[in-house]
Amino acid sequence: MLIKSQKDFFSGLMFTVVGAAFAYGATGYSVGTGGRMGPGYFPLLLGVILAILGSIIMFKALVVHTADGDKIGKWAWKPLVLIIAANLLFGVMIGGLPSIGLPPMGLIAGIFALTIVASLAGDSFNLKEVLILSVILSMGSYAAFILLLKLQFPVWPTFIAG
Amino acid sequence: MELFDNLALGFGVAFTFQNLIYAFIGCLLGTLIGVLPGVGPVATIAMLLPATYALPPVAALIMLAGIYYGAQYGGSTTAILVNLPGEASSVVTMIDGYQMARKGRAGPALAAAGLGSFFAGCVGTLILAAFAAPLTEVAFKFGPAEYFSLMVLGLIGAVVLASGSLIKAVAMIVLGLLMGLVGTDVNSGVARFSFDIPELTDGIGFITIAMGVFGYGEIIQNLSHKEEDREVFTGKVQGLMPTAQDFKYMVPAVLRGTTIGSILGILPGGGALLAAFAAYTIEKKTKLKPGEVPFGQGNIRGVASPESANNSGSQTSFIPLLTLGIPPNAVMALMVGAMTIHNIQPGPQVMTSNPELFWGLIASMWIGNAMLVILNLPLIGIWIKLLTVPYRWLFPAIVLFCAIGVYSTNNNTFDIWMVAIFGVVGYLFIKLGVEPAPLLLGFILGPMMEENLRRAMLLSRGDWSVFVTRPLSASLLAAAAVLLVIVMLPAVKSKREEAFVEE
Repeated sequence: MLIKSQKDFFSGLMFTVVGAAFAYGATGYSVGTGGRMGPGYFPLLLGVILAILGSIIMFKALVVHTADGDKIGKWAWKPLVLIIAANLLFGVMIGGLPSIGLPPMGLIAGIFALTIVASLAGDSFNLKEVLILSVILSMGSYAAFILLLKLQFPVWPTFIAG
Repeated sequence: MELFDNLALGFGVAFTFQNLIYAFIGCLLGTLIGVLPGVGPVATIAMLLPATYALPPVAALIMLAGIYYGAQYGGSTTAILVNLPGEASSVVTMIDGYQMARKGRAGPALAAAGLGSFFAGCVGTLILAAFAAPLTEVAFKFGPAEYFSLMVLGLIGAVVLASGSLIKAVAMIVLGLLMGLVGTDVNSGVARFSFDIPELTDGIGFITIAMGVFGYGEIIQNLSHKEEDREVFTGKVQGLMPTAQDFKYMVPAVLRGTTIGSILGILPGGGALLAAFAAYTIEKKTKLKPGEVPFGQGNIRGVASPESANNSGSQTSFIPLLTLGIPPNAVMALMVGAMTIHNIQPGPQVMTSNPELFWGLIASMWIGNAMLVILNLPLIGIWIKLLTVPYRWLFPAIVLFCAIGVYSTNNNTFDIWMVAIFGVVGYLFIKLGVEPAPLLLGFILGPMMEENLRRAMLLSRGDWSVFVTRPLSASLLAAAAVLLVIVMLPAVKSKREEAFVEE
C-alpha cells in the first residue's frame, strides 16, 4: 500500500504511538470511576482519544490522494544538531559536568561556547566576526541579566571565583 | 458611570513612573521583535517571563502585553519595507504594502499602518474595558460543568479558526492536554508520567515547551533555507503623511478592519492573525472606486484594514483571558503562565480581587498604543537600520536568550536539557506539518480541564449527562458541535482552505 501523504502518515503514527504510550502509562495509576476519578482516568481517556485520532490521520494518509505526496523533505541535520548542541553546551558550562570532572565554567564561557557553536549552523562562518559577536553578547548579557535583573548565574568559572 | 471610575483607577495605576517605564520597554521590545523576521511574540514572551519574576505583577503583565501588541505594529514595518512578514499577522500587509514601497510610497503605507493600528488599538481597549465587567458577571454563574464545556468550546474554536488540517490540530490539542498532566496530581498526590525524575514531578515547564517548540524549532527551520537577499527600502522613506485622497480611502477601511478585528479577537482561536486575513479578504471583496489602484498593486486600503484588524484583535483577545481565565491563543496561554507565576489565578475573580491590576493593565494598553505610534512613525529610521542586521548575527543571540531564560526560570540546568528535547520536537512538528499553537493551548488548559471534569462528575455522582442537562453547559457544547459541523461541510471546508492559501 502506498503512502499518499508522508507528512500526515508519520504525524498520525506519532500521535498513535504517543497516545498509546500515555494510555498504557495511565493504567499504572488508579483509574477509578466516573464519579470518583483516580489519577489515571483522564490521561487514559485522552490517550485513547489521541491514539484513535492518530489512526484516523494515518488511514486518511493512505487513502486520500494528494498532488505531490506531501513529502517530509530533507532534514536540516546541520542546524538541528548544532543549535541543540550549542544549547546543551551552554548548560554544561553553567552547571558543569561532574561525570567527567568538568567544573561549572560560568556564564561568560557559556556565551562564547554557545555563540561559536550556534554560528557554525549558518551559511557562512567568520571566526573573527563570531568572536566580536560573543564579546558584545557577553557584555550585553552581563549588564542586562546580572546587573539589571539580578538573575542568579555563576558568571565566572568556579575555580577562579571560588 | 462605573466604567469611568474603573478607568480612572486604571490610569492611576498605569501612570506611575515604574509602570510607564515597563509599558515602554514592552512596546519597544514588541516593536523590535515585530520588525525582526523570524522572532515571534510567543518565543519572546517565553524568553522574558523569567525576567519578570522580580517585578511586581502589574508591571510584569503590562510589559508582556506591550510585547504582544507592539509586535503587531513592528511587523508591518518589515512587511512594507522588506516584503517579509516580521510577524505572522503581517503576512497580508506585505501584498499591498510592499508594492506601495516599490512605488516610492513607503511613507504613506507606514503611516496608514501606524495610524490605523492606533485607532484600532484604542477601540479594542475601550471594548475590553466595556465588556469585561458584564462578562465577568456571567462567569460567576459558571460551575465546573460549564467551565469544562467552555474549555471544550474554546479549544474547538481555536482549531476551527486556525489554518491547516483540522484533525491534526485536534490531535495536537489532545497531545497538549496530556503533556499538561505530567507531574503531581493535585487530588491524589500521585506523580504521573514523571519517570522518577524529581524535576518532572512539578510538571513540564511551559516555558521550556514554548521556547523549544517556538524558539529553537523555528530557528532550525529558518536556517535550513539559504539566507535570501533582502531588498530594503531604506533611503526611500520620505513624506510620511498620506494625501487627502489616501485618507478618504483609508478611513472606511480602518473602520471595517477595526470592527472585524474586535469581533474575531474575542472568539477563541482568533486574535491578530485571523483578524488580518479576514479583514484583507473583505477589503478585496469591496468594489474599487474609479481611479483607485487595484489590490495587489499598492492599494492603501490593503494596508490600513488588516493592520487595524490585527491590532484590535490582539487587544480584544485579552477579554476571554481576563474575564473567564481561558486563553484564546498561544500568546494568551503564556499570559496565563505569567499570571500564575505571580500567584494570580486567571479568571473572573481577578477583577474583584486585583482591580488595580485589571484596570491598570487595560489603561496601560491605551498608553502603550500611543507610545507605539511615536515609536513607529517618527522613529522609523532606527527600525529600518535594524533591518539591515543580518540573520547570522541574530540567531545566535536568540539561541542565547532562550538558553538564559530557560535556565533562570528555576536556576536549574535540567530545564536546559528539556528545552533541547523540545527543540527537536518542535522541528519534528514543522517537518510533519502540524501546528504547534494548539499544543500550547491544550498544555495550559490540561490541568484546568481535568480538575473541572472531576468536580463536575463528583457533583453529578458519575453521571455524564450533567454536561447536557445544565442549560449553559449544553449550549456551550452545542456551539462547539455546530462549529465542528460547519467547518466539515464541504462548501465551507474548501472556502476555509482558500482563505488561508490566499496570500
